[in-house]
Amino acid sequence: MTGTALPVVDTGCRDVPVLKERGQREVFCGLTGIVWLHRKMQDAFFLVVGSRTCAHLIQSAAGVMIFAEPRFATAILGDRDLAGMADCNEELDRVVRQLLSRRPDITTLFLVGSCPSEVIKLDLAKASQRLAVEYVGKVRILSYSGSGIETTFTQGEDACLKAMVPALPETQEQNLLVCGTIADVVEDQFTRLFRELGITNVQYFPPRRATQLPPIGPNTKLLLAQPFLNETVRALQARGATLLSAPYPLGVEGTTAWLRTAADAFGVAPERLASAIAAPAQRARTAIARYKPALEGKRMFWFPDSQLEIPLARFLARELGVENIEVGTPYLDKLLVDAELDLLPRTALSEGQDVEKQLDRCKAAAPDLTVCGLGLANPLEAEGMRTKWSIELVFSPIHGFDQAGDLAELFARPLDRVGRLKV
Amino acid sequence: MQLTLWTYEGPPHVGAMRIATSMREVHYVLHAPQGDTYADLLFTMIERRDKRPPVTYTTFQARDLGGDTANLVVSAVRDAYERFKPQALLVGDSCTAELIQDQSGALAMGMNLPVPVVPLELPAYSKKENWGASETFYHLVRAMVGSAKRERPQRSAGQRPKANLLGPTALGFRSRDDVREVRALLESVGVDVHVVAPWDATPAQLQSLTDADFNICLYPEIALTTASWLQRTQGMPFVKTVPIGVGATRDFLTEVGQLAGVDVSDALDAAQSRLPWYSRSVDSTYLTGKRVFIFADGTHAIAAARIARDELGFTVVGLGTYSREMARDVREAAQQYGLEALISDDYLEVEAAIAAAAPELVLGSQMERHIAKRLGVPCAVISGPFHVQDVPARHSPQMGWEGANVIFDAWVHPLMMGLEEHLIGMFREDFEFGEHGSHHGKAPAKRQEPEPLLVAVAAGAPAWTADGEKELKKIPFFVRKKARMNTEKFAVERGIAQIGVDTLYEAKAHYGK
Ligand code: SF4
Ligand code: SF4
Repeated sequence: MTGTALPVVDTGCRDVPVLKERGQREVFCGLTGIVWLHRKMQDAFFLVVGSRTCAHLIQSAAGVMIFAEPRFATAILGDRDLAGMADCNEELDRVVRQLLSRRPDITTLFLVGSCPSEVIKLDLAKASQRLAVEYVGKVRILSYSGSGIETTFTQGEDACLKAMVPALPETQEQNLLVCGTIADVVEDQFTRLFRELGITNVQYFPPRRATQLPPIGPNTKLLLAQPFLNETVRALQARGATLLSAPYPLGVEGTTAWLRTAADAFGVAPERLASAIAAPAQRARTAIARYKPALEGKRMFWFPDSQLEIPLARFLARELGVENIEVGTPYLDKLLVDAELDLLPRTALSEGQDVEKQLDRCKAAAPDLTVCGLGLANPLEAEGMRTKWSIELVFSPIHGFDQAGDLAELFARPLDRVGRLKV
Repeated sequence: MQLTLWTYEGPPHVGAMRIATSMREVHYVLHAPQGDTYADLLFTMIERRDKRPPVTYTTFQARDLGGDTANLVVSAVRDAYERFKPQALLVGDSCTAELIQDQSGALAMGMNLPVPVVPLELPAYSKKENWGASETFYHLVRAMVGSAKRERPQRSAGQRPKANLLGPTALGFRSRDDVREVRALLESVGVDVHVVAPWDATPAQLQSLTDADFNICLYPEIALTTASWLQRTQGMPFVKTVPIGVGATRDFLTEVGQLAGVDVSDALDAAQSRLPWYSRSVDSTYLTGKRVFIFADGTHAIAAARIARDELGFTVVGLGTYSREMARDVREAAQQYGLEALISDDYLEVEAAIAAAAPELVLGSQMERHIAKRLGVPCAVISGPFHVQDVPARHSPQMGWEGANVIFDAWVHPLMMGLEEHLIGMFREDFEFGEHGSHHGKAPAKRQEPEPLLVAVAAGAPAWTADGEKELKKIPFFVRKKARMNTEKFAVERGIAQIGVDTLYEAKAHYGK
C-alpha cells in the first residue's frame, strides 16, 4: 500500500453539510492547554490572569498535583483589582516580580488571558511588553488568551504557539517544521524516520525548551501534527512558511500519508520512503489487527472536544471498520482538515454544540461507543451506554506508527471491559 | 491580585452547584462561559455521580458581549425550565458574568415562571466555594419556607420528636456515610429524622422543614447560616455539636437529649465505638505523644484536634484551616492546644508550616496529603478538597460511633506503615532479608529523606561529623528530621560548630523524645 496514492472514498465527507449548533457546550476553555504545554516546554511558566474559577479549572484538569510548585499559576483577580485599571496593572507587575524572583529557572513567561481579564480589558500584550523591558535578556515574556469566550480547549495551544511566532529566528535554509505538541517519545520516532528519509533539518514547534525556538523562513515547510493550529499556521505562513496539506499521523494510513507528504516535498524517492516505513508500518498493522475484532462494525458517536475528532474517526472507520454515526467537533476549519474530509467515510458532522440536543441525538442513535468528556461519561455509563473519555486522547501519546496499536486499544478497552464484567 | 498555585476552594458558584447537585427537583442556570463546565466533572468523576449536575450554562462567547448575553440568559432559563421542569430554579452568575452585569437573577425573576426562582448573588472576587454553598442553601430555604412565622404542629403525646439534618452536600467529605450514621444515632435515642437537606431533598421538602422540632447543624460551613435563620425566624433551636469522635458524639447525644426532651443515658452507656478500647490496648502505646499537624476545613480540623489529643493521645503541633469563615472557631480551638492557628489558603505557606513543625503524622485535605508525601510523613485525609480515592465504596463515615472506628483505622494505619518501613530498614542489612524479602514481597526503595524546607542555612551553621551523621542514620526515618533539626538548634544555641555523637545525644536529652 505504501508508495501509492490513498484510496479516496467516493462518498467522503468533503461536501457533507455540517450541522452548526449553538447552545450549552461541555468543552473546556483554552486555558486547559497549559496542562500539556507546561510539560512540553520545561523552562516555561504559565501565569493565568483570571479568577478563582480559572485556577480551579486548571487544577481540576491537571488532576495530579505532584509538584509543590508547578510551572503554572493563577494571578487571581480580587475586588480591588476590578476597581481601578492602574492598580490592576501595578498588581500584575508585582505578582510577576514575585513569581520570577521565586523561580529563577524560568526563561519564558506566558501571561495567559482569561474571560475576566478580557472582559475588564486588562491588556496583557501591553503588560508583557512593559515587563519585557524590565526582564530583557533574562526572561522572555509573552502573552496570549486562553479565555473561554474566545477559545475552546485545544485552541489554547494555537493561541500560545501563535504568540511565540514573532520570536522565532529567521532562516533562509530549507527546513521541516512539525507543529503541534506531541509526546517526546513520538518526536524521537519521527526524527529517526525523517533521518532515514534524508530529511535532517527538522524542528518541532513547540520546542522542548522555550529558549530553543525553531528557525523559520521562506524555505520552511510546515507539517501539522495536530489539527487545531489554525492561527499559528496563518502566522507562520505570513513569515514565509509553506503549509504541506496532509492527513494527520494517526494510524498506519495517516502516518504513512503524513510522511509521504514530507517526503514528496523534500524530493525523497518513493522507494526510499517505502523501505524506511516498511517495518514500523507492519508493526503497527499487527498491533491494530489485535483490536479489530472488538471494534469492527461498532457504531460510534463523537461529542466535540479537541478537534481531533475527524482524524480519529477517519482512523477508526478505515483501519478498524468502525461506523461513525455523528462526528462532533468544537470547531471545523476546512484548511486544516481538508485532506481528512476526503478520507472520512460519509457520516453526519456537527460543529459547536448544544449539549442537550446532542445528547438526545446520541441516545436516540444508541451507539456502541460514545466518545465524550468526563462530565458526560459516567452519567452515560449509568444509563447503560459505553463511553470513551476523550481527554485521554489529548494526554496520551497516540501519534505515529508505534502508537497506533495503543490508540486502537483506547477505544477497544471500554468494550473489552463490559465484556468481562458479570455483575 | 493573589498569586495562587493550588486552591483549596473553588469559586462560590461551585458551592451553589454543590447545593443544586445534592438536591432533587432543583435546576441551576449559571450565566457562564463554556470553560466553566469543567465543574461538572468534579461531581461525575470525584464522587462518581451517575447523573450530570442539574446545571445549564448559558455559554456566552466574546461575540455575544455587549449584545445578546441577556437574551441568552432568558432563553437558557426558558429551555431549562421546559426541559427539566424543576420545583425551584436557581439563577446566578459565574465570575465572568458578574462583570458583564446582566442581572441574570432579576431577568429570570421577571419571566414569571410558575415555580420559585431564587436569584443568587455570589461575589466571585471576594468569596469562595463553601460560602457560596452556604448562601445558596440559605436563600433556597428562605424562598421555600418564607419569613412569616409558621406554627409548628403540636406534637401529640407518645409521638417521637423530629429533627432535620442540615448541611450534608455533594462533595462534602463523607457526607453520604455521615447521614446514615447520624440517622442511626438519632434512632438510638428515639428521635426521627424529618428532612435531610440539601442532601437528596426536594424544594417541597424544604417547605416542610418547620414541621420538625429542631435542627441539627452537621456542617457549620454549609448550614450554620440557615440553622441560625430558622432559629431566629421560626424559633427552631438547633444542635451545634458536630458528632465526630467519641467525645463529640457523646456531647452530641446529650445536646440532642436536651433539645428533644429524651433520655439518652442508655444510648451513651451502649456506646458502640471500639476506639476507646483500641486506644487503651497496649499495642497503641507507641501512639503516645505522636506529633500531629492538622489542616483542613473548619469542622473537620476542630474535630480532629480533639480526637488526636483526647482519644488517641497524640500531641497536636499544628492546627489550621483554609476556611476564613471558620477562622474564629479554629483560633479558639487552637488556644486549647497552646497553638496559634494557621489561617491561610496559601498552599506554600501551609507546606512551610508543616515542614517547620516536623510532625509525625499529617491530617489534612488531599493538598496536605501531597505535602506530606513530599516530606515523607504519613498522612490521612480528613476533609475536602479530596479525590476519588477518598470516596470509598464501603460505608466509611466520620461521624458517630462507627465514624470513630473508621477514624482510628484511618489515622493509625499510616503510622503502622511507617513503623513497618522502619523495621524493614533495620533488617535490610540482614542477609535473609535480601534473599527472601518480607511479606511485602520487595523491600521498598530506600526512602529519600526530603531536605527540610525551612531550615535556615545561616552562615556558621554547625556541621555534622561523619560519626554524628552515621549515628543520626540509626534513628528511625520518621523522627530523623526532627532529631536533626533539634540537634542543630541545640548546637547553634550553644555555639557548637561540629555535631558529633555526643552533641546528638545531649540534644536528645535536652529535648526529650
Ligand atoms: S495523586 Fe491522588 S490525590 Fe493526588 S491528585 Fe492524583 S488522584 Fe488526587
Ligand atoms: S471559561 Fe473563562 S472564566 Fe472559565 S475557566 Fe476558562 S478562562 Fe476562566
